[in-house]
Amino acid sequence: MSLLDFARGPALNWAMAIFVLGVLWRLGALLMLPRMRDRSAPRPGAPGALKGGLGALVRHMWVPKDFGLTSRFSLINGYIFHLGLAVIVFGFAQHILVIEGLFGLSWPGLPTSIITAASFVTLASLIAALVRRTTSPVLRTISTLNDYFTWLITFLPVLTGLLAVSHLGARYETLLAIHLLSIAALLIWFPFGKLMHAFLVFITRTQTGAFYGRRGVKI
Amino acid sequence: MAERKTVGDGLAARGISRRGLLKYTAYLASAMALPPLASRAMAQALADAPRQSVIWLSFQECTGCTESLTRSYSPTIEDMIFDLISLDYHETLMAASGFAAEEAMEAAIADNKGKYLVIVDGSVSTLDDGVYSTNAGKTNLQTLKEVCADAAAVISVGSCAAFGGIPHARPNPTGAVPISDIITDKPVINIPGCPPIPEAIAGTAAYFVTFGRLPDLDHLNRPKAFFGDSIHDRCYRRPFYDQGKFAHSFDDEGARNGWCLYELGCKGPVTYNACATMKWNGGTSFPIQSGHGCLGCSEPDFWDRGGFYQPLSSAVMGDRTLIGGAALAGLVAGGASALRARKRRADAAKATQSAPGKEETRS
Repeated sequence: MSLLDFARGPALNWAMAIFVLGVLWRLGALLMLPRMRDRSAPRPGAPGALKGGLGALVRHMWVPKDFGLTSRFSLINGYIFHLGLAVIVFGFAQHILVIEGLFGLSWPGLPTSIITAASFVTLASLIAALVRRTTSPVLRTISTLNDYFTWLITFLPVLTGLLAVSHLGARYETLLAIHLLSIAALLIWFPFGKLMHAFLVFITRTQTGAFYGRRGVKI
Repeated sequence: MAERKTVGDGLAARGISRRGLLKYTAYLASAMALPPLASRAMAQALADAPRQSVIWLSFQECTGCTESLTRSYSPTIEDMIFDLISLDYHETLMAASGFAAEEAMEAAIADNKGKYLVIVDGSVSTLDDGVYSTNAGKTNLQTLKEVCADAAAVISVGSCAAFGGIPHARPNPTGAVPISDIITDKPVINIPGCPPIPEAIAGTAAYFVTFGRLPDLDHLNRPKAFFGDSIHDRCYRRPFYDQGKFAHSFDDEGARNGWCLYELGCKGPVTYNACATMKWNGGTSFPIQSGHGCLGCSEPDFWDRGGFYQPLSSAVMGDRTLIGGAALAGLVAGGASALRARKRRADAAKATQSAPGKEETRS
């Protein structure tokens, strides 16, 4: 079995299985936890749980005015690489074929030149995020191996995908195999590391928003 | 042993001039990406060289490789090949049959010990001592070992000989293996393809006759001159791939406009061969030009690499049983975690109720 056959077959299949298992495990464990009943009396005029939660979710999408330039940079930079990743994952014809193969959904792809440009921007943005994390004393202090490994596991598929499309550094099938293996690594790490925020961000922000909203605090 | 005629003698007898030979060697040299001066050296060497003795063995195969070689439209190249080489044994092409044919082979081996070239098409059955494919009362396995014992080199022609091909495909009922699995003490050159391009066979044989050594080979022992580039890199539809323009079916607008066939399962990006540059039938066309994606036939195990019409990026992922089992296991694990948490909470509540003083002290 060639490296590409291994990557396309067993590696991705098992990675996908671990991803599904891990995500359902974590979500199941979280959502089936006993819910503490909030016995405090709501502040007069406090929004309901849903309104308070959704309000916090929306407000967190931008930095409050009082926050400084670096916070704004972090947020905007975050948007850039998240949107870049979305363009790459959902705009590249080859990726759409993967989605179609799995779920039967399909849509027109973007030209490779646009995907390549998005990849360069995403890589630059991810590097900027790493620089910010390593140069900020506060961020450096609170960062753990989980943060750095999650960064690496996000960076590698973009880099290897770009190399594969550009045919740079090795034969195409080798580059494609390495790209697929980097995606397999991402899928395996996803439920157990910081990447799980893709699912948890909606739950945690709305939950926190509802909690504080009941107490008359907008976050 | 009768003195062999040189290639030059043979060509002269056929009325082919030195200019004709130079044109031929220039063609071969350019096909193999050799420097311009090499064509002159090739012409000189070929004119003076005795015709190379070749024994062609056919094992588990479909004769497509021989068909490919004999039906090429390339300008008299096959005539030239039959002048370059002395095809001393070829079951399909030789006039002799039965014992006479086998005697011809034995004579060729005896007369050219250590110098003859063995060309093989077809894979070798090894299961049960190779009884599933026999010829002249011998298994292919026996014949291959005996004939190759005194050969100068072996050329595995076609994907069956080079990589096992279709006989080697799952479940491989005859235990088929490529030639290189059996012959490990001689140089083995692979010219895969189903069938291979005739010029690749001719060019490689001519190179060996001319220079007395093997051409540069890649990691799968294929001549780099013919297998150095992927089909995708040399495909005339490549600009459409770069623009994201794909045919979604064989009769849609994209197909009619000649757009990229990636979505229809083309394996060109991972297939190394000269189809897109040398083409077939005298340079007329090749599968992609005829509207069908590349099957990847010059790569190992091409038959077992997912469906021919499934795109490269989606062919083999999504094992529903495995993922369904994983989903179930995940839900069970999640439920178990939540139950444990509930139990811990209940235990804590019970402990608090039984010792209220402690709680008060803490608060």
